Order: sequence, then C-alpha cells, then structure tokens
Amino acid sequence: MIHWQVIVPLVLFLIIIFMIGIWANTKVRTTDSFLQEYFLGGREMGGFILAMTMIATYGSASSFIGGPGVAYTKGLGWVLLAMAQLPAGYFVLMVLGKKFAIIARKFQTITLIDFLRVRYNSDFIVIMSAIAIIVFLFSSMMAQWVGGARLIESLTGLSYTTALFIFASSVLIYVIIGGFRAVALTDAVQGSIMVIGTVILLIGTIIAGGGIDAIMAALVAENPNFITPYGAEGELTPLYVSTFWILIGVGVVGLPQIAVRAMSYKDAKSMHRAILIGTIAIGTIMFGMHLIGVLARPVLPGIDIGDKVMPLLTLKVLPPAVAGFVLAAPMAATMSTVNALLILVSSTVVKDIYLNYIKPEASDAQIKKASFIVTTTIGLAVVLFAMNPPDLIVWLNLFAFGGLEAVFIWSVVLGLYWPKANRYGAIASMITGMGLYIAIDCLAPHIFGMHTVTLPIISSLLIFIIVSLATHSKVAQEPHWLTNKTKS
Amino acid sequence: MEDKRFKIANREALIGVGLVMINFAIWFGFAYGLGSGDPANYTYVLGFPAWFFYSCIAGTIFMIVLLWFVLTFFFKDVPFDEEDAQ
Repeated sequence: MIHWQVIVPLVLFLIIIFMIGIWANTKVRTTDSFLQEYFLGGREMGGFILAMTMIATYGSASSFIGGPGVAYTKGLGWVLLAMAQLPAGYFVLMVLGKKFAIIARKFQTITLIDFLRVRYNSDFIVIMSAIAIIVFLFSSMMAQWVGGARLIESLTGLSYTTALFIFASSVLIYVIIGGFRAVALTDAVQGSIMVIGTVILLIGTIIAGGGIDAIMAALVAENPNFITPYGAEGELTPLYVSTFWILIGVGVVGLPQIAVRAMSYKDAKSMHRAILIGTIAIGTIMFGMHLIGVLARPVLPGIDIGDKVMPLLTLKVLPPAVAGFVLAAPMAATMSTVNALLILVSSTVVKDIYLNYIKPEASDAQIKKASFIVTTTIGLAVVLFAMNPPDLIVWLNLFAFGGLEAVFIWSVVLGLYWPKANRYGAIASMITGMGLYIAIDCLAPHIFGMHTVTLPIISSLLIFIIVSLATHSKVAQEPHWLTNKTKS
Repeated sequence: MEDKRFKIANREALIGVGLVMINFAIWFGFAYGLGSGDPANYTYVLGFPAWFFYSCIAGTIFMIVLLWFVLTFFFKDVPFDEEDAQ
C-alpha cells in the first residue's frame, strides 16, 4: 500500500536536491581550477555547511535505522554507547585543525592521499592507501546503497530493484554533475532534515508513550536491565564500551571521507563555527535517534526486525505529512553518506592513481572527462553489486570504519605533528593496522573483551614510533615545512 | 609568520585532546559511577535514571558550553593562504 502523504515530502526533497546539483554544475563548468572545484568545492565552505557536511557524512543509515533498532533490544546502554560519537563533532577539526588546512593549501592537496604523498614521498604508501580506500569504501558504499533502497522499498511498497534504481539515479545524477560542491550543499539540506526530523520524532514518541516517567516504568516492568548502562543481557561491559569510544569517537580522525573535509573550509572562523554547530547537531542526532529506539519499546511492542522500528514508529506516532518529512531523514542520512564516499573514491582514482601513475600530463579537458567517467562507472558498479545485497548493514559498515581508521590515523596525525615520522614507520604502521584489524575481526572480534579496533590502533602507533626511530638515519632530512623553525 | 601559525595550531590540537579526555571522563564516570547498582535503587532526574541524565544529557550540554568557551577565548583566527606568509 502506498501512502501518498508520505511520498509527497520525499519527492519534494529529491527535487530540491536535484536543483542544488544543477546549480553546482554551473560552478563546475565555469571554474578555472577543475580538480579543486570538483573534488573540494574550491575550498569555500563556511561554518554551517562544513558542520553539516561533517555530520551528514558521518551519520548514516545505521544512525537512523540500524542504531535505533539495536537500542530497542538493548535499552539505555546502547544510547550511552552511541553518545561516544559526540567527539566526532569537534575532535577531527581540532586535531587536524589549522595545520592541516594550511599545509593542504600550500601544496594544493586535493585528497588525503595527496597529503601522505607530499609528507612521505613514497609510491608504496600512495598505492596501498588508494587500494585501502577503494576496497573499504566501496563495500561501505554498497551497504549504504542497500540500506537506502530497502528504506524506499519499505516506505513505498515498490520492489527492491525499482527502489534501488530510484535511489541510485537520484544520488548519481547530482554527484556526477555537481561534484563536491553539490555534495556539501545537499549535505547542508540533508543534515538539517536529520536534526529537525530527530527532534520531531523524539517529541512525538515521548507524547505517544505518556511521558518519560511512564515509559521508564514500563521498561523496568519488562526488564530492569533496559535502564542500566549494561544492556538487556548485561553484555555491554565497561571495558567494551570504553574501547568502543576509540572506534567511533576518536578514531574518526583516520576516516578519509571525514579528514578530507578538514582541508576544504574557507577560513579559521568557519572552522570555529563548524565545531560548535557540528557538535550540537551530532549530539542531537545520536542522542535523539538512539533514545527514540529505547522509548519505542513500550509504544510499539513486539517488533522482531530492528530495522523496522524507526519507520513503523514514525508512521504510528506522527501525522502522515509530518511522518513523510521525518522519514526523509534516514533517506537524507543515507544519501549524504553515499555521496561523500562516491566523490572520495572517485577523487582517489582520478587524482591519486590516474594523475600520479597513468597520465601525469593530462590536460584540463582530459581530467574533466576522466572525472565524470570514473564517478559514473563507480556509481554504476556499486548499483550492480547492490542488486544482490548482503545482510547486517551495521556490521559491514563498522568493518570499513575500523579498517580505515587503523590504516590512516597515525600516518596522518603523526605525519602532521611529529617531524621524525617517516615513510618506513608509516608503511609498517599501515600494514600492521590493516592486517591486525582483519585478523582480529575474523578470528576473535571481542579479544580480551575489547572492541576489535583497539589493538590494531595501539599496535600500529607503537610500530610507527619504533620503526621511525630505528630508520631515522636512512631518511635524508625532516621536512622543513612541518616544523616551527623559520626558513633562513 | 609560518612559525606563529603552527604554534597556534599545535596548541589547539592539544586542547582538542584535552577536551576529549574531559568528555570521556564525564561520559564514562557518571554512567558506571551512578549506574552500576541495582536498578531498583536508582534515583531519577526528570524521569531518566540519574546515571543517564548526568552522563548523556547534562554531560553533553556541558561539553557544548565548554566548547563554546574554549572556541571563544582560546582559539585564534589565523590566515590560511600563503600570500602573507611568503
């Protein structure tokens, strides 16, 4: 059955997104620096757009669909876990900070790998990083794509294939024609919808449940563990929860799709504003959506499939027109993550592989053509894979998350702040990070009761430092542009 | 010029690390400090269990206020472009 009151806001939303793509395309066509414009929006982002594109890229289908579903079965402990994501709003921008922005401008770097290439001057690092980004983010993109299509499927009653086609074509068109500027501007719209939608649904759910007191009493009556920090079965131990913090709060610095945004803003003021706005927005979304999942339990008991909690709850507690707007939020979250990944993978192929190794002397027209072709091809390839989708969106997503964090965090952070960091240290740390992450994830995901990402991140830090110090004599000199010393 | 900008950047990055540690202490401390007893003995604030209220609600609001304070009084406006620097 098709709810027209729900469809109309969704269609309106898609039309706005398209218009932004077309407007951004006029910038792409008139720019005199195509690469900077298409892959970084000309480094012109102000505070609000920077904040929104950070949080919209970070917040995905799992924050709106998967996460509340898990909160529904685990209780307030899962909200606690989700709040570990608060630093994602400020930590990346503060730690990479102004130094990253200044260096990115000085060397005209377009991608995260560009920075690593300038810093370590190693083809091996460039190629290995490119492979990591393409493999991990491609799988992550596919999971998001599946999530988006499933969502449209459940809301509209269309078949999965049709839903996938609608979702894919709406994202692909504006990203291909508008590039990063379209991505960032649509993120601003999508991020706002995510925040406002969360607040509306939270209020609606509390009212439907008869107030917080009544809902808490109902939860205690069913299982007192729902209101403890330990989860319904006591499975959320303090050690696990605190190591989870590393993955989703702090390790975000190592995510290329987030880090690249730290080189795309206009000035210091934009960064300051973005930190505050971004933290408020991410706090609202993560707190609101996960709490909604817990509060939904007494309001809408007996749901077996976690992913259905949020859509069903929205349709139950809100009037149809408002429900349509709120259901645009998970759509927006999915689209805004997918579009960032698509443009990032495309920039990796074009800038880090094509321009470095295949055709360094490419003309502007050739780069333009290659960028459009690569973006389109990757987009279509993801759609093809998503036709036959694997399950468990949340976990697939976290795998890509953790793997990339373990690979990039130290080569970026130490590369930025530690002059002695050198290419051998970086290579050793990246291999350790990725190898250990995959090994632990396959063999013993809860090793010593900690989250999978903990050991890879700690070991790759140690390896980085040891190898860098040991090979110090092999490296000619520290890059002078990195230190405080003024050139004489 | 280059000198000064990087000094500011380094200091601000360290502030970021400090803030994350404060954030973690509040979040983790209140959650397991107040929430590890028997749920039957929980006290409630505004309808929520006290551990949840202080860790996830008041803690978040406190972090946002702290961020505003730090950004206003400790973060410096520096130019990113090279024209002034070279």
